[in-house]
Amino acid sequence: MPETATGLQRVLRHQLVWPVLALVVLLLVNVVAKPGFFDIRMQDGHLYGNLIDIVRNSAPVLLVALGMTLVIATRGIDLSVGAIAAISAAVACTRIVGAGDEGALTTAVMACTYALAVCIVLGAWNGFLVSVLGIQPIIATLVLMVAGRGISMAITDGQITTVHNSWFSDLATGYVLTLPLAFLIALGITALTALLTRRTALGMLIEAVGINPEASRLAGVRSRTIIWTVYAFSGFCAGIAGLVIAANTNSVNANSLGLWIELDAILAVVIGGTSLAGGRFSLLGTLVGALFIATLARTVNNIGIPSELNYLFKAVVVIAVCLLQSPKARSAFRVRRTGGPAVPAAPVLEKAGSPS
Amino acid sequence: MTQMDLQPANGPKASPDAPRPVVEMRDISITFGSVHALDEVSLRLLPGEVHALMGENGAGKSTLIKALTGVYTIDSGTVLVGGEEHEFSSPAASQAAGISTVYQEVNLLPNLTVAENMLLGREPRRFGAINVRAMNRRARATLESLGIDVDPTSELGEHPIAIQQLVAIARAVDVEARVLILDEPTSSLDADEVSKLFEVMRGLRDQGVAIVFVSHFLDQVYEIADRMTVLRNGKLVAERMVADTSQLDLVKLMIGRELEVLDRIDRKVSARTADESGSPVLKALGVGRKGSLEATDLELYDGEVIGLAGLLGSGRTELARLLFGADASDTGEVVIRSERRRLRSPRHAIDRKVAFSSEDRKAEGVVGDLTVADNMLLALQASRGWLRPIPQATRTKLVERYLQALDIRPADPAALMRNLSGGNQQKVLLARWLITDPEILILDEPTRGIDIGAKAQIQAKVAELAAQGMAVVFISAELEEVLRLSDRLVVMRDRRKIDELPNDDVTVSDVLEIIAGEAREEEGPRA
Amino acid sequence: MSATTVPADSLWDRVKGYSPPPRYLPVLATLALLIGMFAIGGVRYEGFSDPQVVLSLLIDNAFLIVVAVGMTFVILTGGIDLSVGSVIALSTMIAAKTLQLGWPPYLSMAAVLATGTLLGLLMGLLIHYFDIQPFIATLAGLFLARGLTYLISVESISISDPTFTKLAFKTVTFGDYYLRWTAIVALVVVAIAAYVLARTRFGRTVYAIGGNESSAMLMGLRVAFTKVGVYVISGFCASLGGLLFSFYILSGNSLHAIGTELDAIAAVVIGGTLLTGGRGYVVGSLLGVLVLGMIRTLISFDGTLSSYWIRIITGALLLAFVVVQRFATRRKS
Repeated sequence: MPETATGLQRVLRHQLVWPVLALVVLLLVNVVAKPGFFDIRMQDGHLYGNLIDIVRNSAPVLLVALGMTLVIATRGIDLSVGAIAAISAAVACTRIVGAGDEGALTTAVMACTYALAVCIVLGAWNGFLVSVLGIQPIIATLVLMVAGRGISMAITDGQITTVHNSWFSDLATGYVLTLPLAFLIALGITALTALLTRRTALGMLIEAVGINPEASRLAGVRSRTIIWTVYAFSGFCAGIAGLVIAANTNSVNANSLGLWIELDAILAVVIGGTSLAGGRFSLLGTLVGALFIATLARTVNNIGIPSELNYLFKAVVVIAVCLLQSPKARSAFRVRRTGGPAVPAAPVLEKAGSPS
Repeated sequence: MTQMDLQPANGPKASPDAPRPVVEMRDISITFGSVHALDEVSLRLLPGEVHALMGENGAGKSTLIKALTGVYTIDSGTVLVGGEEHEFSSPAASQAAGISTVYQEVNLLPNLTVAENMLLGREPRRFGAINVRAMNRRARATLESLGIDVDPTSELGEHPIAIQQLVAIARAVDVEARVLILDEPTSSLDADEVSKLFEVMRGLRDQGVAIVFVSHFLDQVYEIADRMTVLRNGKLVAERMVADTSQLDLVKLMIGRELEVLDRIDRKVSARTADESGSPVLKALGVGRKGSLEATDLELYDGEVIGLAGLLGSGRTELARLLFGADASDTGEVVIRSERRRLRSPRHAIDRKVAFSSEDRKAEGVVGDLTVADNMLLALQASRGWLRPIPQATRTKLVERYLQALDIRPADPAALMRNLSGGNQQKVLLARWLITDPEILILDEPTRGIDIGAKAQIQAKVAELAAQGMAVVFISAELEEVLRLSDRLVVMRDRRKIDELPNDDVTVSDVLEIIAGEAREEEGPRA
Repeated sequence: MSATTVPADSLWDRVKGYSPPPRYLPVLATLALLIGMFAIGGVRYEGFSDPQVVLSLLIDNAFLIVVAVGMTFVILTGGIDLSVGSVIALSTMIAAKTLQLGWPPYLSMAAVLATGTLLGLLMGLLIHYFDIQPFIATLAGLFLARGLTYLISVESISISDPTFTKLAFKTVTFGDYYLRWTAIVALVVVAIAAYVLARTRFGRTVYAIGGNESSAMLMGLRVAFTKVGVYVISGFCASLGGLLFSFYILSGNSLHAIGTELDAIAAVVIGGTLLTGGRGYVVGSLLGVLVLGMIRTLISFDGTLSSYWIRIITGALLLAFVVVQRFATRRKS
């Protein structure tokens, strides 16, 4: 094996290469099918176009995936984000509808703040189950996933609640400086998360907790606090996503809002290179992953495949991504990675490529 | 499977050329990436012998065994079993050829019964279904023949590691293995259990089984083994009769240099006297925990090394963990420099300048996917909190200092911790604690499972730290090591302290006598 | 086990002192819960204490019982199968479509079972040979199955084949009570599965993998075969469950069984199986399904509670079981 690597080889080894490549390929497929795909036009002081739509539509998944990334890094998972999003929307909308001045800015702000506070508490509840009671994350969050839908339906009393508040609608359809507000919010939270995890020691501590929780505890890391915090953060992110989704239709259908968004979020995280086994994580990767999923949804529409086939597409993508990330599959193509998130914890019993 | 002509079991004095080897590995080479894990290594196992496989960590012992048992594929070289060439593609294949392995981690299934663990994969069947009664009967018979007193229908996980290991051996016996490989079998056994194990091994040897004994305990090797093969850095260094090789020669073969370092320590300890005139830096008053330690008192002074001596299960680790707050105590309290507390968490202890290096570095120390630098700085960073990251300049300085001071290889801060050998990992962990600038350092088995060179370096470091004023608690299963380093000895047995004495030329037999003395009189007064 | 030792034990003493082996406690707890719920229902609601209520539970949930059995195999190895709901939908769609095309009904059923089994095999191979996490691989299976369902038909197709309808209503009566044939199939599946897990090498290897996979491999067990095998079994059970479901609902629809995998997982957990693998029994999963069904029945008997309470109560129950499981295993370690 050559010890020195050329610049190109080092670029190829970077963990982000594959997700970005996949995204580029997908975009190219779109351009081939519809040559005007990349067109962006300015209208009413706002940017319009396919790319803008993709970017706006990616906001909810990106938001949820951010929280999910940190949770997965601690070796956990959060299946309840869809339910939390529904609860967030339900709480906000019922508050707006029940307020004195339904269309006011203050109403919107108060309602959203209250909803987000509830979501943080729900996230903290998940964190409590996982870090204090020591319950496995998949089952701890499954509880809220199941019960949470019921709770959100109880809040809206089974009705689809419609709101009339232009400030609230702006969350989904508004623009700031020609770009969609929804995406700016998501991007902002991404930047905030990146700052919080990489400029402080939080990122490294999260990774340590995910890789070896007991060693971290004995080294004096407040594992419990960290785990508890990432779940609360995940709840917070899910809450914002719920608000954006509801703002898009100016209504909340507790039965279907955010349904299965957890799956898309997990996909985004995995595509971005973070391992489900916990440890090293990549926020940038998650961003690329979320964009990929939004592009995928667009592609299916764009090249004229009936939207039902979205599922098949996703299946193919998932399998392709996983094969690419699987060292056993990759060894057949002799591609190496250095320094990226670790291979899942299966013991190495055989050399890669050996028979059987 | 090939017909093997087994020679009548020869005693340990037979010349290695007469009987035909039951297993012969010739010029085996295995490379992982660019690393030559094994470079044309040969091994010969004769029937009816105990063959020790020696070498430091990273020498290739584990790799050689995995090559023999079909876990790894061989790049070049041949394996002959009973004179016929074999290429094992899986552990099952090697097992079928009569080669059985008992691993250090006792790879059995805690959620199944003892009988199932022994016979899984080969259970007696009736009409395609497992005949549970026959299985239990057969398991009971095998266990009895080895003198192991365990209920075959009980769940394996209910039993301590020592018993689980004997069950693992019973499984190998049941398979009627021709070759039995024991990988560090005595690491978790006390003296009685080791004797029992050796008894079983001798019995098997006399029946013509070839036993491979991988161990770091030189005394045990000299006690039980007939021949030995020494590896170093993936190459074969020597194949000798144990009786023809002195311990000094053996160590020289393994590490390729003199034992000056260890000699220097001996001189250091005798030159240093602990300062017990001041007040204790740590006082444990009646500290205990239900089910693991009775209420115990202990005092630590600056500049002193206290050795906790005792057999497995005596409560040394439990005491250490309570002193650190790794486990919460039920009774008593710990007074650190006249501040009384019941330590509830490692966080509290670290804040009070206590450091603790756990005996299980893999599960409780190493953060494999982080870099060496991150591992080293983990405790320090944790104590500063996440909001105050350590400035880059300080990081580089601290890491460099300890890479040099502890001779960590490779000296690369960006290397991933999981790629380091056990000894170097242990040194990084030691650095982790030293970086927090502790005043009290608790080391639980810091030299377990690591090579002689690294062992000597760590022992030297401990002596140096004590000379500089640190209070050190030192635990090791090797009594010689404890005696070499300690100023004061605390002897423990059956989860309580039974004696405490200054280390004035105390010998191993003295300590064993103290421990045994407790056993002779059941109602003996506590020291 | 405790026993008084002094004078000879009277029968009462032995009964009093008897405690079941700790490994059976979780299943017994679920049984106790089921009996308790039945008792509460019997006291509160008219007509609840009729044994037919329990039998109807079996009938209505026969398909879920079969699916939960397959899921148990997977979870015992420490894995998970998220695709089962989609496979159920795919099964109904394949049945409906092939019948519509004029296939003989038994060939149609064979096609259904073959598809589920094949899908399971694919996922198992991905998981074992490419080291892909079960969560992700079966997630792909979920998308694939659901996608195939849409591919076959976007709209619902009804099933009117006489063999199907006959099998749907085929009943066994004893006295005043009746049990449909579908429920009997489910019970037979449970019995076979229990036997396989307890008394065959394959079954014990399943537990071994859940206990410690690398140890199982080093012991020379057929880990690859078994690990792939449990997903094959789960796929088969999902498609068999889908078949039973199609008897029940007599239509193929891509919207069927959305989220059913969660019900199956919940049933398995409530039944006492640990998600980490290595411990659990299929009988427990059977009881878990009945508990979930009982919740639904209790709420419909009550009539005053909205249906969303089903989810809230299910979630609360899941929580209770998980917490108790946690404390039980914590004490053991």
